[in-house]
Amino acid sequence: MRRWVSIAFEFSTLATMLGALYAIFLYAPIEKTMGIIQKIFYFHVSSAFLSFFAFFIVFVASILYLYRRDRKWDILAQSSAEIGVIFCTLVLITGPIWAKPIWNVWWTWDPRLTTTLILWFIYVSYLMLRKMAGEGQRETFAAVFGIIGFINVPITFLAIRIWRTIHPVVVRSSGISITSAMLNTLIITIVAFTLLFFHLLMARIRLERMREDCGEMRALWEERDNR
Amino acid sequence: MNFISKVRTIVWKDFTHELRSKEMLISMCVFSFLVIIIFNFAFPPGMGDVDRIIPGILWVAFIFSGLLGMGRSFGVEKDKGSLQGLLLCPVGRGTIYVGKMVGNFIFMSMMEAFTLAIFSLLFNVNPFPVLIPLVLVIVLGTLGFTVVGTIFSAMSANTRARDVMLSMLVFPIAVPLIIASIKATGKILDGKSLSEIYSWLKILVAFDLTFLLVSYLAFQFVVEE
Amino acid sequence: MNDRVGTVEGDYVIEVRALTKRFGYKKALNQVNLTVKKGEFLALFGPNGAGKTTLIRILSSLMRPTSGEVLVAGYDAKSEGEDLRRIIGVISHNTFLYDNLTAFENLKFYGRMYDVKGLKERIEEVLELVGLKERMHERVQTFSRGMQQRLSIARAILHEPGILLLDEPFVGLDQNGLETLKGVLEGFREAGKTTVMTSHDLERGLEMCSRVTILHSGVIVYSEDISRTVRDDFQHTYSDYTEAGGLLHRRSWV
Repeated sequence: MRRWVSIAFEFSTLATMLGALYAIFLYAPIEKTMGIIQKIFYFHVSSAFLSFFAFFIVFVASILYLYRRDRKWDILAQSSAEIGVIFCTLVLITGPIWAKPIWNVWWTWDPRLTTTLILWFIYVSYLMLRKMAGEGQRETFAAVFGIIGFINVPITFLAIRIWRTIHPVVVRSSGISITSAMLNTLIITIVAFTLLFFHLLMARIRLERMREDCGEMRALWEERDNR
Repeated sequence: MNFISKVRTIVWKDFTHELRSKEMLISMCVFSFLVIIIFNFAFPPGMGDVDRIIPGILWVAFIFSGLLGMGRSFGVEKDKGSLQGLLLCPVGRGTIYVGKMVGNFIFMSMMEAFTLAIFSLLFNVNPFPVLIPLVLVIVLGTLGFTVVGTIFSAMSANTRARDVMLSMLVFPIAVPLIIASIKATGKILDGKSLSEIYSWLKILVAFDLTFLLVSYLAFQFVVEE
Repeated sequence: MNDRVGTVEGDYVIEVRALTKRFGYKKALNQVNLTVKKGEFLALFGPNGAGKTTLIRILSSLMRPTSGEVLVAGYDAKSEGEDLRRIIGVISHNTFLYDNLTAFENLKFYGRMYDVKGLKERIEEVLELVGLKERMHERVQTFSRGMQQRLSIARAILHEPGILLLDEPFVGLDQNGLETLKGVLEGFREAGKTTVMTSHDLERGLEMCSRVTILHSGVIVYSEDISRTVRDDFQHTYSDYTEAGGLLHRRSWV
């Protein structure tokens, strides 16, 4: 990416994040029943949205990798998975932080939260697979698992939801009343998080590309040495 | 049909091979036996709440033992290099996948029959009045498990820490399968009719068909170098 | 350094163009060009790590090239693998046999997978050829290494392939096995079929082949008709081509 574009992007990410923080803490009203803790909702939902988006990218990149065998799709999948796991972890942390003061339990077996937990496991396994697999097969195995993992999500969500309707949850899943100001704040936060996501993604991809270049140079050097 | 005859040949080979040594079958059955016994100590039958967790116990035994078996199925092939012999044959990779999967399914079912017998004895459960719906649920669940287990064991056989990797791959994916199987089994053992577990059956069938198709298509990528 | 076959006649049963195989950053095969005519016996020599096994794996469609074209009997190794595998036989130090099955059952399995007609008779025929007919119903587990290799040869020719690919076939062969293999290879040659063989055994390789190539660090550095190769001096030729770049250069640092 050209220098000025990348700087502009960094600034807009920073600006929107600051804007989102302002909106969350100073603009959005305090929710009547839950109080100030409800504000974590903006982080929680945005993180969930982005992690899902990240894993969708992994899915598409995996398919493209199997199709085209171009390493760049694999790099995209790997980077997106790593960042997706970070956002997913945020969802799983903010969930309990929100739940405890309000409903007095650390974990609610809410279908969406539970599906997120399984999603977290799937993509952590994805990253473990990448670590444990051998040189030539790593990318292919990861791509296959990335595809299977993503396809599994709707089925998992359905199964958990059916399970939950039989065993009523401790908590109703959406117990907050939303005003338009809150909605605006949510949208701003999601936009900010999305920019952050792309920012992190680009950085990660760049890092991986540099690692590749180093490795290639080293290999060329060795090759020359051998002759 | 050529496809069916090739699948049959692969299954015949695996079956003959296993029947000679019986290694995998015996270790699977011993393992599931142990699991049932341990649960027997942990939750003695007759205790009030036990009825609710009985289907869970059965499936835990099935799943852990099944994982053990599947892990070995490709592990052995890889160590001896015999998988390459199979790959050299003029057969589509999807066909090989189906052949291995059916073999795994048969072995797992044999282990499950044994486990069900032990389980019924030790937990005072009588499966006979509900045998047909029970077998249906077990078949659907086992099928889904072997569908994903086969392709993942082909992958994990090539990684470090094989068995751990296999578990890490299978469990998150098998969650809907496990939930549906356990819940449906529980209902059946309670005497409910098939129509009451309709939604669970739908999940099982959806899981089985979806991942059968995906694995069939993806297997070629997993085995080529 | 390319293929230098003088005469250009007859069908090429194996055509390899600009074949490259990378593992990570390492190029196991680097822009390899190779053609093998029908009926030829190509001996492929080279030090460890030269890429010989990789080449055989790619020719047999087990391994996917990173780039380049590979055609065997007109079939594209990348997309027509199934048809390709039907007409080749592969022998390597890996026997591809199932320990717990008998010799007969092993061959029955492969015979069925290859759709061999008149399987029972054919099995007896090949077992006779490799001298294992009496041990037909014994488990492979009980066979010695040499016997297993002989059975592996039987397995490779069971479906009457037109092309034979051999990767270090002499390793672990006993005297019987050696005779059997030579017999099979000669029979192949007489029938006008094609063979590609990699080996460390310069002498044996030169004995049977019609063309000699040397592979070094993923590149073909030598390719000559057997008639133009001085057999006795080949050891020197081989050393020249394989050590010139690597060993000598490194020695100067010592």
